[in-house]
Amino acid sequence: MVNMTIEQDMIRPPQPPGPIKWIKENLFSSILNTVLTILLIPVISYLLYGVFRWMFFAADWTAVTQFPLLYAVGQYPRDQLWRVGIILSGLFLFLGMSWGRWRGLLKTISITAGLIQLIIALLPVQHPALDMSMRLFLGSGLLVILLGYLIGSRTPIKNTYIIIGWFIVPIFGIVLLAGFEVSKYIPIWISDLIPSVSTTLWGGLLITFLLAAGGILLSFPLGIALAFGRRSSLPFVSAFSTVFIETIRGVPLVTILFMFSFVMALFLPVESRIDRLVRALMAVTVFSAAYSAENVRGGLQSVPLGQIEAAEALGMGNLKTTIFIVLPQALRAVLPAIVGQFISLFKDTTLVVIIGINDFLGIGRSIINSDPEFVQMRTEVYIFMAIVYWIFSYLMSLASRRIEETLGVSSNL
Amino acid sequence: MVENQTEKSSQTIIPFYRDERILKIFAQVISTVIIIGILIWAVINFFKAADARNMNLTFGFLKEAAGFPISNPPIDYEPGMSYGRAFQVGLVNTLLISGTGIVAATIIGTLVALARLSSNWLLSRIAFVFIEFHRNIPLLVLLFIWYFVVFGFVPPVKESLQWPGPIFINKRGVYLTWPRLTETGNIFVILAVIGLLVSIAVFTILRNRRKIIGKDTFYIPISLGLLIVFFIGGWLFSGGTPFQMDIPSLEGFNFQGGLRLTPEFAGMFLSLSLYTAAFIAEVVRGGIQAVDKGQIEAARAIGLSPLQVLSLVIIPQALRIIIPPMISQYLNLTKNSSLALAIGFQEVFAVGKITINQAGRAIPVFALIMVTYLSLSLLTSFILNIYNRRIQFVLR
Repeated sequence: MVNMTIEQDMIRPPQPPGPIKWIKENLFSSILNTVLTILLIPVISYLLYGVFRWMFFAADWTAVTQFPLLYAVGQYPRDQLWRVGIILSGLFLFLGMSWGRWRGLLKTISITAGLIQLIIALLPVQHPALDMSMRLFLGSGLLVILLGYLIGSRTPIKNTYIIIGWFIVPIFGIVLLAGFEVSKYIPIWISDLIPSVSTTLWGGLLITFLLAAGGILLSFPLGIALAFGRRSSLPFVSAFSTVFIETIRGVPLVTILFMFSFVMALFLPVESRIDRLVRALMAVTVFSAAYSAENVRGGLQSVPLGQIEAAEALGMGNLKTTIFIVLPQALRAVLPAIVGQFISLFKDTTLVVIIGINDFLGIGRSIINSDPEFVQMRTEVYIFMAIVYWIFSYLMSLASRRIEETLGVSSNL
Repeated sequence: MVENQTEKSSQTIIPFYRDERILKIFAQVISTVIIIGILIWAVINFFKAADARNMNLTFGFLKEAAGFPISNPPIDYEPGMSYGRAFQVGLVNTLLISGTGIVAATIIGTLVALARLSSNWLLSRIAFVFIEFHRNIPLLVLLFIWYFVVFGFVPPVKESLQWPGPIFINKRGVYLTWPRLTETGNIFVILAVIGLLVSIAVFTILRNRRKIIGKDTFYIPISLGLLIVFFIGGWLFSGGTPFQMDIPSLEGFNFQGGLRLTPEFAGMFLSLSLYTAAFIAEVVRGGIQAVDKGQIEAARAIGLSPLQVLSLVIIPQALRIIIPPMISQYLNLTKNSSLALAIGFQEVFAVGKITINQAGRAIPVFALIMVTYLSLSLLTSFILNIYNRRIQFVLR
């Protein structure tokens, strides 16, 4: 009899620890821990109290709240903002479609983005930037996302089309943002409808996202090409790729940015002029590609030789083996590292401030320097910038962790 | 039937566009022509531009007078000195900021990693917040926060913050109390260095001897004792006062004495080491967690003391995993020190930029900057790779 009860007790799963037990185990498990906890609690409470008091009572957020449009798009002409609106709606549509198709983290992102816009649209404050049309646009964000969700979940639209859409919207967006100059090649009504807007007027988050997205989209294929180049059996190609990768990885991004913005012009025909934003994009792309190449190379090395031999035995050609057998396995193995590279690329876009491009950080700086009154509010502005950058990179790392879990690969740190 | 087929296929001549050998040569030629073609095209364009602008491509300008000031040069420098000298100042500044940054980041990073692994929930959470905060904001934003916000709001000289040490913090920088050698201090330093070398030599010889004769040679106490003897000897020979604490003091409008860190250096140093520390903390945590639990249990089972378990089992195995990613963190830190340009701390890149603006020699200056960073990177990874090779598993 006694034995029976003991066995039954042993079969039962361990109870989750109650709050008191949890506190005992995690805060007061030893004398040292108890001392630490007792020392830390007042310090943490004091810090939290100070931060909250400053945020809600002492801080003056005027320099942040007064110029929402500057932070978002810089000096982009205010009567042309509908172009940014169209691109944003396009992105939201595809975000909704992806949510409908793949669920997961995309659901959280879509709903949060839509709700934030709705809340801003309904804010009961008077603000010159928040007129009726702006409120209507912001409010429509959630509807567009829901429309995308319906398309993605209810219609048999192909996955490929949704992915292609993600590539087409940015490209189409850049053309739309830049507009057309009056010339004989372009019908006059087009250049009337979307006149050219100089990139010197672009700024804020618009540039940050443009550089990050452009850099990611362009550097990835370039990185794959460089990785194959480095592993190539052709000595000249592999030597060139190796020197290229190692040189770029050996110098700071600032050097590359300066190279492209000041020195590159010397190596091009005199009459050619490349826009400075494009030069910055090229620099970011080349820099990131060198790092992606090393990541991809690591993945290529991890593909077992048997896979390639098996593909050859099945009669697949070189190209087919690479595209359908080697690359998918290689990329899957190093996906966490690649996403990590993209996060650092997003953070690295801030360096364009140094060559005088007004990205998000640059706009913050120029707002601070525009008025002696705002110089006193620089704490608020920089904290605001840090929070915005933090949210986006944290979202990216969260997404990367989800992908890791679904693919069953883990980062080897 | 089968034989027939193989004969047939070996007899058919492969068309040249499917012959791998020919295709390879073809690809080689094409890629060579394209790459060299682009390079030649760029060089021709460059010489055209160089002719048109009358550019000088030699390094002769390095001897010309620079004419721009550098605030707080670590080595002798005046605006009348040459560009070459200015570049040296920049190089020393880069080495200073990366060297101190690497040491500080390693110490902070290890401490944060240990805190993250602590069984105390609060401490572990604090470390987690520290890591997540620094890993997800751009270094430039962190640098601006430290330099413009923290050092922007410190009080003026007259109302300096005083911390125990004493350390004084004001608008003009951070003043630390710093030990300085007295006149007889050299004797102490020389003897200390000799003592260090002798004890390292004795340590190595006796430890190897222990392996050969299989008996304890007491190498740790003997070498430590030697070191202490030399230190005490140096102390006595230098008359008992090899060092003097140089305490900063307010004289007139400014602080005199002590070690002064400019706000630029302090801001750069803090942001760079804290930012990198967050990444190092993750590296160290991963390394420690990767040590097999069975190893630790086995070490305890054969009766090693907790200290021996740590120093003979955990650390050697964790280091093997930690060192390679650590190398790349150190390299990142060195390269990131170029961001100091944004706040006017004059390291290699900032000096190079001023030189370009003044002397207009973009190409030679850029070559110089790139060679400097490349050799710094290669040197760091070379030294650490030797170390790495020594501690990796020896495969027999």
